[in-house]
Amino acid sequence: MKIAVCVKRVPDSETRVKIASDGKSLDEAGVKFILNPYDEFAVEEALRRKEQAGTGEVVVVSLGPAAAQETIRTALAMGADRGVLVEVDRVPIDGLEVAKALAAELKTGGYDLILFGKMAIDDYNHQVGPMVAELLDLPCVTAVAHLDVAGQRGTAEREIEGGVEIVEFPLPAVLTTDKGLNEPRYPALKGIMAAKKKPLLVKRAALGAGGLEVLGLTPPPQRKEGKVVGEGPAAVPELLRLLREEAKVL
Amino acid sequence: MSDVLAVAEQRDGALRKVSSEVVTGARRLADALAGRVEALVVAAGPVQRADQLGGFGADKVITLTNPAFARYAPEGYARVIADRARAGGYRAVLFAASAGGRDLAPRVAARLGVALAQDITDLAFEGGAVTVIHPVYAGKALLKLKLTATPAVVSLRPNVFTPVQRPKAGTGEIVAVDAAAGRVVVTDVKAAAAGALDVAEASIVISGGRGLKEPANFKVLEALAAAFGGRAAVGASRAVVDAGWRPHADQVGQTGKTVSPTLYIAVGISGAIQHLAGMRTSKVIVAINKDKDAPIFKVADYGVVGDLFEVVPKLTEEIKKLHG
Repeated sequence: MKIAVCVKRVPDSETRVKIASDGKSLDEAGVKFILNPYDEFAVEEALRRKEQAGTGEVVVVSLGPAAAQETIRTALAMGADRGVLVEVDRVPIDGLEVAKALAAELKTGGYDLILFGKMAIDDYNHQVGPMVAELLDLPCVTAVAHLDVAGQRGTAEREIEGGVEIVEFPLPAVLTTDKGLNEPRYPALKGIMAAKKKPLLVKRAALGAGGLEVLGLTPPPQRKEGKVVGEGPAAVPELLRLLREEAKVL
Repeated sequence: MSDVLAVAEQRDGALRKVSSEVVTGARRLADALAGRVEALVVAAGPVQRADQLGGFGADKVITLTNPAFARYAPEGYARVIADRARAGGYRAVLFAASAGGRDLAPRVAARLGVALAQDITDLAFEGGAVTVIHPVYAGKALLKLKLTATPAVVSLRPNVFTPVQRPKAGTGEIVAVDAAAGRVVVTDVKAAAAGALDVAEASIVISGGRGLKEPANFKVLEALAAAFGGRAAVGASRAVVDAGWRPHADQVGQTGKTVSPTLYIAVGISGAIQHLAGMRTSKVIVAINKDKDAPIFKVADYGVVGDLFEVVPKLTEEIKKLHG
């Protein structure tokens, strides 16, 4: 079982967003970067598949700046075998450009599975995985919350509004992983030490201009100061009056 | 090159509510372009009341039918929609950013070789281009984007584009298409408990956090949700999902769902930054918490300081009276 896992370096979810002076991007000063949480499920799933098969290779691929090598090392510390950084100065907002560069890297890898997190918690793009699948003409299931693989066939579950879809697909395939698929392991000290010696190949990539132009990045509109209606159950009638007469939502 | 294609969504032969939202968004864009709106339904056969999309501003409703489309068939759907988008020469193609739409839109955009702006909360036509607002960092910032390629492919966040009645003749056309379902096959759909609404689509969301003390106590919130008569869903904070009290599908926040209901009631939730990120675009926020200094009160329109086990049952009782 040869598995590629595509991961992204993203700002930590507790980051307080400050807009950079260009008015179009995040001010990265003091920001802590992490492995995208949804990608952790992908790394964990790849490791479990390899462990179950008893043989195989897990390759971590990331498109990002030079600093994304740290992100790849985190996945290597979890247990992946080697890494590839497709290096760019800046990850573009157009997911199709990212997908094209990743597809070019993944195309000749001979992977049985190519895994992605279902989305990155910075750009909320929800698209690179299925786009890579289209570009490579591979079957794809997104937002997988449960997975069974037997031989060259897989069965996945994905959550939809008010239910769960059971989806069958042949391998090789592209999957994007959702929370609930597994409990990602923490890298142990031994793993962290071993990761330092694992191969990490850096390839410089040039991306196209893409079809999305950033006009601006702004804070969301401030909610106006609310009010405390009162204390305890005695406040409920007044709360209801306000919801009906002032907010007009009931 | 001024028409807009609105991809509607059906399940089991009935249109889903997000379809009227997508047509509403498409009508707004088409008005700015002085173009027409074509609504597209992909299904196994004719869909009940598909012509109702005319009421939200669709000039024409096209249903592409194939027996292979009884359930969602990602590859088959993507192919027939991309073919239609190419043939129609549209200026923009709009999807719902629902579970299905978020899966389908990237496939169609990749087939068309154009960029996709996913999960947008506003769109316009200005300076000769389609522009959109796309929340990033879980809504902690808003990215304004210009789509420079044609067609502009976007998906609209559910519950944001309030359906507007804009009656058009809405002529219908049913076209049987030749298509295979594809390699990826939905073999079954396990429905959630009857009447259970998804937090991302419910117009009222009541979320609970650690203040609930134990999983069984969520019945207090479920009773309140039931009092709203099928319009409310119960959500959860990351803390209680991580503790295994509630399914991850119910999680509201940066690593869960971003919701925009009409009314959001946060119960026993302190208001961690990653939770606020997921619900701050709610129209009205109510917080019930015993700690008057909890950060949740900073974003709440209305707060009640007190013991949730006293306040929520009282609220349930009053809501029942209102609906009774």
